[in-house]
Amino acid sequence: MSAADLSIGGARAALDAGDLSAVELADAVLDRASATEAQLHAYLLIDHEGARAAAVAADEAIAAGTAGPLTGIPIALKDNMVTEGVETTCASQILAGWEPPYDGTAVAKLKQSGAVIVGKTNLDEFAMGSSTENSAFGTSRNPWDTDRVPGGSSGGSAVSVAVGSALGAFGSDTGGSIRQPAALTGTVGFKPTYGLVSRYGLIAFASSLDQIGPFARDVDDALTLFEAVAGHDPMDSTSWDGAVPDARPTLDAGPEGLRVGVVEEMNGEGADPQVLARYREVLSALESAGATLVDVSMPSIAHPVSTYYLIAPAEASANLARFDGIRYGHRADGETVEELMARTRGEGFGPEVIRRILLGTYALSAGYYDAFYGQAQKVRTLAIQDFERAYEQVDVIAAPTSPTTAFKIGERSENPLAMYLSDVFTIPSNLSGHPAISVPAGTDDAGLPIGFQLLAPALGEPVLFRAAKAVESLMGVSARPRLEEVAG
Amino acid sequence: MPIEIDVAHVARLARLSLPEEDLARYGEQLGLILEHAAAIQGVETEGVEPTAHPLGIVNRFRPDEVRPSLDRGVVLEQAPDSTETHFRVPPALDAS
Repeated sequence: MSAADLSIGGARAALDAGDLSAVELADAVLDRASATEAQLHAYLLIDHEGARAAAVAADEAIAAGTAGPLTGIPIALKDNMVTEGVETTCASQILAGWEPPYDGTAVAKLKQSGAVIVGKTNLDEFAMGSSTENSAFGTSRNPWDTDRVPGGSSGGSAVSVAVGSALGAFGSDTGGSIRQPAALTGTVGFKPTYGLVSRYGLIAFASSLDQIGPFARDVDDALTLFEAVAGHDPMDSTSWDGAVPDARPTLDAGPEGLRVGVVEEMNGEGADPQVLARYREVLSALESAGATLVDVSMPSIAHPVSTYYLIAPAEASANLARFDGIRYGHRADGETVEELMARTRGEGFGPEVIRRILLGTYALSAGYYDAFYGQAQKVRTLAIQDFERAYEQVDVIAAPTSPTTAFKIGERSENPLAMYLSDVFTIPSNLSGHPAISVPAGTDDAGLPIGFQLLAPALGEPVLFRAAKAVESLMGVSARPRLEEVAG
Repeated sequence: MPIEIDVAHVARLARLSLPEEDLARYGEQLGLILEHAAAIQGVETEGVEPTAHPLGIVNRFRPDEVRPSLDRGVVLEQAPDSTETHFRVPPALDAS
């Protein structure tokens, strides 16, 4: 077994015991990346030099007895997290070559914790998509079947953790962009409560929905990664300034006595029959282990996709106004400033980003604001109220993560609406700002991973992680994809 | 029914210069997406407050203190065109 196959917890124990050095671990992970990248394209950039230097520093910290939970652990970052001096593109031509002059807060915290940053992972351009097919720099491939997508938008991060070209990774989740690729690759993907992780230095897509979160092999590791980046940040005025809820003490409390909500409107209808079968199997297993299943109704989440695809593009159209060819990134020629900006943006953005900017601009424009954006924000309020009523009866809510397993590359790329419907089970917790996690729940007949999703109320991380760990104990940690088929 | 939109006008508002044939295609796709999205217009929202922050956090203020910012030279280095002290752009105002 290569050190690249260790969990973060396993690697921590080996590093602290002196059975493994951080340099050896970094080399094992970089070797794994060399063996798999030609096929999978998880990374846009691998920082060999930076990773080795961080590993040397980590070995010194371990020897000095000052190591923390992530010292020497190789981590991958989605390429919408800005990294000082290391190219950050958001998988867009408009930012090609940009070397940020600062680190985002989450990145700075990871560096301070002694983590080894392996590189920057592929995504759908500006995190807009569910497959990585919208990346300007090529699609990542699913290691379980390389003809299929890994999910998105944080597809590269998911793949890196699935194959061991990182031990953990971070992504961002605006409508499911961590949980859906986690489900499609057999990894754990966690979206924290909105505001628990600073968004400073996360290139903004939809500011009221975006949240940074981890990918990991198991639930313990996901919690370790979350703990390293959570907390209030004065640089992000939307960040939560109360205490970060501590999920550690109750992590292993088990399923007994847990009230698990099964939502009529999110019960998997319209999902692939095998996804649905796995979902029901996990519910039965939870019930047999002592959890109580409770039917709840949430009529206002009947239109999650419609609500989301008005709010997110509207916010995106405002956020992406900053990419104008003046201060950074690509610039086209123009006789006037306006012409320069319009040409820069027309050339620099890919089709999905243009589609969403147009959609958002329309939803915010005079005469349509109340009917579209304004109405969507009100429907969002109703959805939050539905959740709050549901959580009076239950501790967590269960749902499938994605209605299907990994789909074929190209299958949905010509039909934006079909792609958007991939997010139907993940969007509600972005609208509500609540935490949610996807944990592996076996595979379909073709061997493709299936995810099981758990949702909890705002700041309900302790009960969410407890429930996720209970599911993991019942269903097991996902196997690795067969690397001999993707290496070489 | 797909919703008809004046996509050229929207593109102008968004400062996006796009070829004619692309505009037509985007217009068609947006019409279909908006037809689906319009479903929310049937939801009764009389008297419902719109959500701004999911946890209800409102404006935050910090002391107005002088603090170091990014180095100007480092920032200008990333610009497509700059002088030693400024970003350089074509005329923003009509000189005539």
